[in-house]
This record gives sequence, C-alpha cells and structure tokens, in this order.
Amino acid sequence: MVADSSIDRPLKLMVIGTLAGLFSGLFGVGGGTVIVPLLILWLAYDERSATGTSLAAIIFIAGFGAAAQGLYHNVHVLDAVLIGVPAIGGVLAGTWLQQRLPTRTISLLFAVVLVASAVELLLR
Amino acid sequence: MIAAIAIGLAAGVVAGLLGVGGGVLFVPGLVLLLGLDQHQAEATSLLAIIPVAIVGTYNQDRYGNVRRADALLLGMLSLAGAGAGVALANALSGELLRDGFAILMMLVAFQLVRRALRASRPMSDAPRHPDS
Repeated sequence: MVADSSIDRPLKLMVIGTLAGLFSGLFGVGGGTVIVPLLILWLAYDERSATGTSLAAIIFIAGFGAAAQGLYHNVHVLDAVLIGVPAIGGVLAGTWLQQRLPTRTISLLFAVVLVASAVELLLR
Repeated sequence: MIAAIAIGLAAGVVAGLLGVGGGVLFVPGLVLLLGLDQHQAEATSLLAIIPVAIVGTYNQDRYGNVRRADALLLGMLSLAGAGAGVALANALSGELLRDGFAILMMLVAFQLVRRALRASRPMSDAPRHPDS
C-alpha cells in the first residue's frame, strides 16, 4: 500500500475534518481532541505541527459551528466576547507560567476540579 | 459581566498552562457560573474559541508549526461535520447533552492524570521542548 498517495491525503483530511466538526458542533469545543491524535496517527505529524495545524483549523471549525448555532439563536455574543478576549491574555499568561510552575501537581489538582464540575453537571 | 471575564481569564490560564482546550472550560463555566443552558453555553463557547484560536495560530505559525495548506483544507472540509454536529446537538435535550459533556470532562480529567503520571517518571522532568 502506498503510504501517502495523492488521493489518500485529502481523503484523510476530509475524514478528520468531518469527525472534528461533528465533535466540535456537538459539544461546543474546538475539536483539537480529535484532530491532534489523528494527524499524528494518520498523517505522521509530529506533536507540535499537529497542535499548530489543529489550532488553525479550529478557527474555521468553531466559526462554522458558531454560525450554525446562530441559526438556532443560541449564541450569546456579548458573553462570547467577554470570555474569548480575556482568554487570550489568560493563555499567554498560562504558557508563560508553564515553564515556572509544577504543572504535574497542577494537572492532578485540576483533574479533581474537572471531575467535581462534571459531577455537578450530572446532578443538575 | 465580571464573571464572564473571570471565566475567560481563568480558562485561558489553564488552557495555556496545561494544554487543555478552552471549550472544555468555557462550557461548564457558562452553565455553572453564568446560568446559560447547555445549548446556549456550547454555542457561545464556539464563538469565544475563535479569538483564542486566532492568537494561538499566530503564535504557532511563528515557530513554523502550522501547515497552512492542510489547516485550510481541514477547516474547509469540516463544514458538513460542524453543521451536522450542531444540528445533532440541537436535536438532543439539554439534559442529555449536559450529561454527555460531563462524561467528556471526565475523559479530559483522566487524560490529564495519565499525562501527569507519565511525565513524573524519574529523570524525565527536564525536556519540555524536545528539540533534537
């Protein structure tokens, strides 16, 4: 089997894009959880290129999803701006802190927070 | 308004620090702290992700980590999936969607724990940037 024939590659990208779009649209997340491992597995990406390329694709995926949700009148635009713009600063700060904090301990603590929030959602 | 800004800042810090996607944090923040229903929270999260992804892409691109042609193709080819995903979400009840999302959060938590434990193997503390 040819590893990366010319038809193979766009087909794989289409499958990945479709799966990521489904996942993103269904849950309101970016879809990196789907894209990154598949780019690594199917298209032999290294982890950094997979992450970078995934981020760029997410601009479109989230854009399509938000537009589609707009048709259902579910988007709170002001809240999105109030969250999304400060989040940029947050990400920059978090990336800076990554080199300076014990991320392992924080990961474990944050996993607890995630599970607690998940339980709270389940109990609603 | 302050709560929304706080959610954005906090979610951003955690995303940058731990490599977790912003949406996984935006959605529960919008539901639990701002009182949006699950559908509204997911929709709003999608819009909020865009500025973060744009800045992230810009940063990654400076390091040559964005394969532009693939990213463009991937993005364009996601249209049908994204539309179908949104339609599916809106066909489901808020309760079911919320429970599904809670399970997704638990999976992310599990992945975080696994990654943290793997990174804690002796002597493997140093290289966060495996340049070689």
